[in-house]
Amino acid sequence: MCGLCGIVGTAPHWTDGVPAPSPPDTPTRRRERQERVRGLNRVLRPFGLTASDWQGSAYIIATYTGRSEIVDNAAHLWQAAARLCGRACDPLDAGLLERLEKEAMRT
Amino acid sequence: MTAPGVAPSRLPLHLVSGFLGSGKTTLLRRLLDTPALADSAVLVNELGEIGLDHHLLRHLDGETVLLRSGCICCTVRDDLGQALKDLLDRRARGEVPPFQRIIVESTGLADPVPILSTVTSEPMLRHHLRLGCVVTTVDAVNGALHLERQPESGKQVAVADRLVITKTDLAGPAVTEALARRLRAINPGATPFHAMATDLDLGALLTDAVSPNALRAEALAWTSPAPRPGGLQSLPSHAAGLHSFCMVFGHAIDWVTLGIWLTMLLQAHGERVLRVKGLLDIAGSAHPVFINGVQHVMHQPLHLDGWPDGDRRSRLVFIVRDLPRDLIERSCRAFLGLVPEYAA
Repeated sequence: MCGLCGIVGTAPHWTDGVPAPSPPDTPTRRRERQERVRGLNRVLRPFGLTASDWQGSAYIIATYTGRSEIVDNAAHLWQAAARLCGRACDPLDAGLLERLEKEAMRT
Repeated sequence: MTAPGVAPSRLPLHLVSGFLGSGKTTLLRRLLDTPALADSAVLVNELGEIGLDHHLLRHLDGETVLLRSGCICCTVRDDLGQALKDLLDRRARGEVPPFQRIIVESTGLADPVPILSTVTSEPMLRHHLRLGCVVTTVDAVNGALHLERQPESGKQVAVADRLVITKTDLAGPAVTEALARRLRAINPGATPFHAMATDLDLGALLTDAVSPNALRAEALAWTSPAPRPGGLQSLPSHAAGLHSFCMVFGHAIDWVTLGIWLTMLLQAHGERVLRVKGLLDIAGSAHPVFINGVQHVMHQPLHLDGWPDGDRRSRLVFIVRDLPRDLIERSCRAFLGLVPEYAA
């Protein structure tokens, strides 16, 4: 537990720290978190949601109107996203794929 | 994640699964007789069923017995998680021998995934245990019928790391070989063993791949035969809507994006993604990464100390039920395409 903020430490998620194994809270892992937030924002935009890092230990998923949830890791992220946007976040949804493919062509 | 060649210190939990009457108990009895597995704790549904009388050294309590081999055998009453915690607690207090692995027998109609999920979701269990092998018994006489009519049977085969075909003496070689072909089509990475084979190495059934050589061999078994260049290899589809296929990527993969896609896919369709395994060339990683998942339960990714063969392309193998492979591949490539330098 963090002595300052009282946050209970969470177990690492299987996606954490794979490309360059290193302890949590190192520059490498912070950079990975930044990249994850950037990637999440690309995917969450079609759902009207945003992602941001919270204290290097969690993520905030929010709607454009300010409703938000804090999640520890990707294991809880998609359930929170579905609650906030009111529909399932399905990566096989044809509409989502069209948007992502168009965005990939623009970049 | 695990560094190359480093064996995890947590105890492996192996699962013996199989449809009703497929020979799970017989296999367990043989496993308990195997000297290489003498330091095991076995959790069974009913002690009486397994017939341990001639192996018995003494009763530790109403639900737990100590066998002459050194194995401990316990009954699971209701809650597997609590049974595992009690067992680990007694091991720590020295009340039972210091077993080196746990073997759990699942009931014939049980879905194996919640058992695996128990280990990965409970913080205390996750700290002491890691997922080992799923061994599934398939009856050579009735196995094909079960696969056609019982969705649970297909799932037990799909999530297996090892398949053991039983009752081959009653079925004959032609029927057994046809069943083995069918099992390979459902689960190409799990080589079928024959329970009646004189050279069956029972110890090897529960040896999970932690050494570099074993890991490379397992990765190769799952991603072979080598998929067509730049294409999608698909194995024949069959009953119960199960099919397996392999996606191949001719470039390094952005791990963060792949992780976002895979967690989203497993959240939305985990019930139908029975198995995912991959050998991946990850951008920024000096070592190939091996991933392994059963539905929404993902093992920690492992770093191999080298590629198992000359093919250095990333390969992702799926066993799915009623999910179109073209859509999964399109979705994966659309997500990876969001990072231009790693787009296909």
